[in-house]
Amino acid sequence: MSSRPTLPPAFQDWFAARRWRPRDHQLALIRAAERGRDALLIAPTGAGKTLAGFLPTLIALASARGRANRPGGRLHTLYISPLKALAVDVHRNLEIPVAEMKLGLRIETRTGDTSAQKRQRQRRDPPDVLLTTPEQLALLIASPDAEHLFADLKRIVLDELHALAQSKRGDLLALGLARLRRLAPAAIATGLSATVRDPDELRRFLVGRGALADLVVASPGAAADISILDTQERLPWAGHSARHALAEIYDAIRRAKMTLVFVNTRAQAEFVFQELWRINEDALPIALHHGSLDAGQRRRVEEAMSAGKLRAVVCTSTLDLGIDWGDVDLVVNVGAPKGASRLAQRIGRANHRLDEPSRAILVPANRFEVLECTAAIAAAREGAQDTPVARVGGLDVLAQHILGMACAAPFDADELYREVSSAAPYAALSRETFDRALDFVATGGYALRTYDRFATIRRTKDGLWRVANGRIAQSYRMNVGVIVESDMIKVRLMRGRGPKSGGTYTGPLTRGGRVLGEIEEYFLETLAPGDTFLFGGEILSLQGIVENEALVQRAAGDAPKIPSYAGGKFPLSTYLADRVRGMLATPASWKYLPGQVRDWLEEQRARSILPGRTNLLVETFPRGSRHFLVAYPFEGRLAHQTLGMLLTRRMERARLKPLGFVASDYAIAVWSLEDMGKADMGGLFSRDMLGDDLEAWLQESALMKRTFRNCAVIAGLIERRFPGKEKTGRQVTISTDLVYDVLRRHQPDHILLEAAWADAASGLLDIARLSAMLERIEGRIVHRALDRVSPLAVPILLDIGKEPIYGEARDEALKMAADELAEEAKA
Amino acid sequence: MNAAAEEMKSGQPSLVVAGAELLVDHFGALYEPHAGALIVADLHLEKGSSFARRGMLLPPYDTAATLARLTAAVARWRPRVVIALGDSFHDLGAPDRLLAKDLEQLSALQAGRDWIWIAGNHDPHVPARIGGELRAEYKLGPLTLRHEPSARQAHGEIAGHLHPVAVIGGRRRAFVTDGLRVIAPAFGAYAGGLNLHHPAIARLFSGRRFAHVLGRDGVYAVCASKCAMGA
Repeated sequence: MSSRPTLPPAFQDWFAARRWRPRDHQLALIRAAERGRDALLIAPTGAGKTLAGFLPTLIALASARGRANRPGGRLHTLYISPLKALAVDVHRNLEIPVAEMKLGLRIETRTGDTSAQKRQRQRRDPPDVLLTTPEQLALLIASPDAEHLFADLKRIVLDELHALAQSKRGDLLALGLARLRRLAPAAIATGLSATVRDPDELRRFLVGRGALADLVVASPGAAADISILDTQERLPWAGHSARHALAEIYDAIRRAKMTLVFVNTRAQAEFVFQELWRINEDALPIALHHGSLDAGQRRRVEEAMSAGKLRAVVCTSTLDLGIDWGDVDLVVNVGAPKGASRLAQRIGRANHRLDEPSRAILVPANRFEVLECTAAIAAAREGAQDTPVARVGGLDVLAQHILGMACAAPFDADELYREVSSAAPYAALSRETFDRALDFVATGGYALRTYDRFATIRRTKDGLWRVANGRIAQSYRMNVGVIVESDMIKVRLMRGRGPKSGGTYTGPLTRGGRVLGEIEEYFLETLAPGDTFLFGGEILSLQGIVENEALVQRAAGDAPKIPSYAGGKFPLSTYLADRVRGMLATPASWKYLPGQVRDWLEEQRARSILPGRTNLLVETFPRGSRHFLVAYPFEGRLAHQTLGMLLTRRMERARLKPLGFVASDYAIAVWSLEDMGKADMGGLFSRDMLGDDLEAWLQESALMKRTFRNCAVIAGLIERRFPGKEKTGRQVTISTDLVYDVLRRHQPDHILLEAAWADAASGLLDIARLSAMLERIEGRIVHRALDRVSPLAVPILLDIGKEPIYGEARDEALKMAADELAEEAKA
Repeated sequence: MNAAAEEMKSGQPSLVVAGAELLVDHFGALYEPHAGALIVADLHLEKGSSFARRGMLLPPYDTAATLARLTAAVARWRPRVVIALGDSFHDLGAPDRLLAKDLEQLSALQAGRDWIWIAGNHDPHVPARIGGELRAEYKLGPLTLRHEPSARQAHGEIAGHLHPVAVIGGRRRAFVTDGLRVIAPAFGAYAGGLNLHHPAIARLFSGRRFAHVLGRDGVYAVCASKCAMGA
């Protein structure tokens, strides 16, 4: 921070007129731009991050225009945001200084909503500043116009980089950035990020080839005012509803101006919203916002928020990211935050002024969540962040990019490999793997080489790879992007009366009712005809499914079968898990816990033993006619589900006759006909379960099939389904589950299976984390054989019957239904 | 009834339609013991290459996978006649795209027995060199075998075309019957499925529906009402 750069007079006046002075980090980015340095800015919400990112652009364009040496129609700055809504928001904010300083710049947004005509015009006659998303960038660089469009590009601004870099969208963005560096070698990249644990990862992301961008860290602002709701009610043992605390939450809403109530799942959002309205005596304007609701309805809620017409919004992570929706002065987080970084993000939603503290109240829904919330607050006070999982670029994303590059212009494989491996996530990509990806794109990469005549890209005589025909390029454009939505089904309210209760409705299902929103197809696969569920704040009864629409009726009563559909069920982060284990192992720290929780832990200490920081506590006990085994790994629901699958397989072989299991973020419970206490615990939890058992289970795992489906869509093996296009008939769609079954059997080393496996290891199956846990606890298992359930085991036992019980892809469910029929026949 | 069928019949799941007893196997085939007839629906051979023609390069192993399962069913029942209920080939060009080894395997299966291709909407013609005999429908005692189920109640009809699946602890292929008619599940490795609650299937039945669901190790008879919705 040696010489403060001086702002041009127009900018000085503008700051002065607003009684602002440029912040240090804003000046630091101007200096980095002057010196042609890539830079990463880490700043909290409200620190003027966006303005910091754009000031160098505005200054450069203001002077260039002044000297009249820069003609219009050349793209100067490309801005990429993870959300199109954020791009639109930034556009609005950016127009203010541009208009007030009369800079006369052309700023435009380009998203999936931009008309085809406007997009085409933008390619030919680009604005000075273009605000867009990673998907649109992929489309732009895959266009034959890319070379012309980006030739004069000077700056690239990547917003919310921390949110993008950790995902496949980050892979796509990194590949896009690598291409931009080739098209516009003089352009510099600026990343804007919230606080992260390891800034170097993002610094590398910006530069590529292992080099680091300059780092600028803004001052952190006022410390947040976070508390745990000090409930006067009895704290539940289990569950996620926080029903006990709703009156207290309502009271907090009443006393604040504008409250965001964050929950972790859509099901929770539905429940909390409904219950708040039940007690909403003052008829406060309280709204609901989650990803399943109709887009039009979400927009209305967002507009009402910005206009200050609402007092509270119950929302899921759909409102996590940096959009400024209004004057929020309180954040309530229902349930545990699951990660230290997520909590920091959510708290940042309250109060966008840096010098005033954000106010947040955490509402644990059960006793374990009290521990988790306490750990999260301690982390927030220290400014600690979760450890990100080191990201290796997805092979499915690579395949998509290779096809895109062929659509742009014929490419040389050696050159493209060099370019791709300059992107940080692909730094370790071997040439052999690149070639396999290339082969996959060209002809499917099958050992049985029968598709040469159907190749999508071909190597021509000049040695360059070019796209086979225009239809392939068209298909690439339709399928670009790495966000794969679950198959969604529209929920439509039937007009008039449906069938009487019970029985399937087989008559003509008339449409024409109102569409309430969309719901995941796999959730519907858990409902039988006539089952009720909560959606959009109403209890609905499923009447039938006709051509991708679920027809429902309003149902009477107030006890729906609560939807357990996923939609942001984040597992507990490794970092928080470690802190929770540390708290349990340190009774001296319990004095900060509520009395009810302290008593609970004391009782556990007296009756069994507490889990340690590095060991694994396993308890066994009889209950009713069954035997139970409860273990406390604290590794998150996903890793525990995988553990449960593998553990029960192994128990079956040991003739312990396991019947089922249930997994939470903290513990896993298995029940069986035989006493599991007599088993060798070291053997039961030994690491070799990740060998053949895992292989055998993966063959049939629904989670693995879902993972494969995502990879198949991203890699371009399967075309996306588009609403309205399904009508073309059943025969044009193909079930990726069937493809997975066939491919696994006939070519288990295929690149797509490798991609799916890599995703599963860190994603839905969390095998990486399970593996680390099994290694950690080796030789450190503490087994207590008890005569009855322990205090710590009560919550997980209460989850039985509420949470799905796993026995996936086995024939048990079928056997049970068949036995029922047999019984009925006998009676 | 042949010896294999006698032997297998003890404990073998079966369904009765129009008074005729049919054995059900977990490969997805029906076996009629009196005529020694093996019935399979919707093989959709070469569906993978059919998609590949249009740019979706699906793994080219579906025909081999389907024929392997058919071979297993034939080895188990040793039928005198095999009846494929239509949509045996995914499109009219499919027979030409069959790999030599797959064609050989099909010929080996046809050797020593009658082979009936019932015409389907995907395969109204089957070239003569593929072997077998093309029919619009096929009578088997009181049973009528055809591709598309007739709209009106059909006593003793066995049909395919609709690819029924039951959703019960996962999505599985299933025979649907009310004792009057049967809709057989698709046999082909890439043939998708339609929930048995879908009106297209449900409207064909007036009585109580049962699903004979193909599990991993066996076939399970359950009430259709126990099965979940879903597309």
